[in-house]
Amino acid sequence: MSKSYSLFKKDLHSELRTRYAINSLAMFIIVTLSVILFSIGNETISQSLTGGLFWVVIFFTSMSGLSRVFVSEEERGTSLTLQLIAAPSTVFSGKLLFNLILVFAMNTVIAILYSALFEAFIIKNFGLFIVSFILGNIGLAFASTIIAAIISKAGAKGTLYPVLSFPILLPLILTSVQLTLFSIDGTSFETAQFELAIVVCYDVIILTVSYLLFDFIWKE
Amino acid sequence: MIWKIFLFLLLCFVSVAGISFPIVDNPQAWYEFPFIKGLEENAKIIFFHVPTAWLTVIAFFMTAIYSFKYLRKKNLDDDAKSYAAAQLGIIFCILATVTGAVWAKFAWGSFWSWDPRQTSIFALLLIYGAWFALRSSIESEEKRATLSSVYAIIAFVTVPFFIFILPRIMTGLHPGSADDTNAGPVIDFKMNSNMQLIFFLSLIGFTILYFWMWRLGYKSLIYRDKLNKQLLLRG
Repeated sequence: MSKSYSLFKKDLHSELRTRYAINSLAMFIIVTLSVILFSIGNETISQSLTGGLFWVVIFFTSMSGLSRVFVSEEERGTSLTLQLIAAPSTVFSGKLLFNLILVFAMNTVIAILYSALFEAFIIKNFGLFIVSFILGNIGLAFASTIIAAIISKAGAKGTLYPVLSFPILLPLILTSVQLTLFSIDGTSFETAQFELAIVVCYDVIILTVSYLLFDFIWKE
Repeated sequence: MIWKIFLFLLLCFVSVAGISFPIVDNPQAWYEFPFIKGLEENAKIIFFHVPTAWLTVIAFFMTAIYSFKYLRKKNLDDDAKSYAAAQLGIIFCILATVTGAVWAKFAWGSFWSWDPRQTSIFALLLIYGAWFALRSSIESEEKRATLSSVYAIIAFVTVPFFIFILPRIMTGLHPGSADDTNAGPVIDFKMNSNMQLIFFLSLIGFTILYFWMWRLGYKSLIYRDKLNKQLLLRG
């Protein structure tokens, strides 16, 4: 565990030095939000649409920066050294921790900017929104990390990442959109508990299968 | 050889019977189908649409199983088997999507309405597409087999959310969804016995057809690899 923490610290330091992922993510948030704002123009959009668009922004932003953790190792040629010094599960834990922090930072910024820019985006049940937001972010980080590991070994990395991630993330995104709509409508926790259970199941399943399969990807 | 003739006759019978047998209010003769409220004449698609959707899932399942086998034994033949299964799977997936959309035009009024079932078949189509995209982006055979196997298994454990959970809990238009009162569980008690018989015969016939095509598919893939290797050794 301490090894994966030091791996995480190494990733964090190299990220803070180059600011590659942070810069591209920040720019991507601004670009996606402004594209949506331009396309809306002076129209007023309905509340239910803002819930969906919120997850559109989150999906495309995460697709622009979350693959860095593994792709950078392949590009620098440091993955073989990592294979020598650490067990696959340690590497995966370190990378997962880094992506989790990145996803939470990114989505918090998106949520703040989004609620400032879209007047229709008013959340009535704030507790439900926070819970579904946290669960959704965890699932997003888990799934995007394992897909990042796959595409780092394949060619055409940039275009392949959203293509491979979208079908895997679809159950999560659909239920998260539904949960966001619930919190906009002010639905109680009891009504939303089934959707919450789906997201929790998704998180657990994707985490388990990632740890089981990462060995095969990493040794390839 | 005999079973091929048998399969040919079976599928001929199913196609003729499924299309031509009449739907009446009170079925008396052995060749008459009952009138199902909410489905009416459109009910006949069940003999062709349901088997294609079923085979899509079967093919997906077999892709995952042979991917799992490949990861355990690292035998490239297993990769050829999962590839052949997925090739057929995407064909049946497209067929199920198209027949379903045509049926939806007549039953629900539009080709596509994001019913939970339509979402789930669309997700399967996306997964197959992504899987083939991943395979075509990797040159090395072993690497391609390993990575696509891993992806197939990840997709296989998340997709049951679509195929088995979401359509049954979400309210939808498709027969058999959660709030469906008039068409209900179609197979159990809305069909009479001869309709059930032809439905299950069609399911069996298409499944045999699928396994036959799959065998031909993976054998030709394995032979092609062998021939390529021999040519490389000689030349």
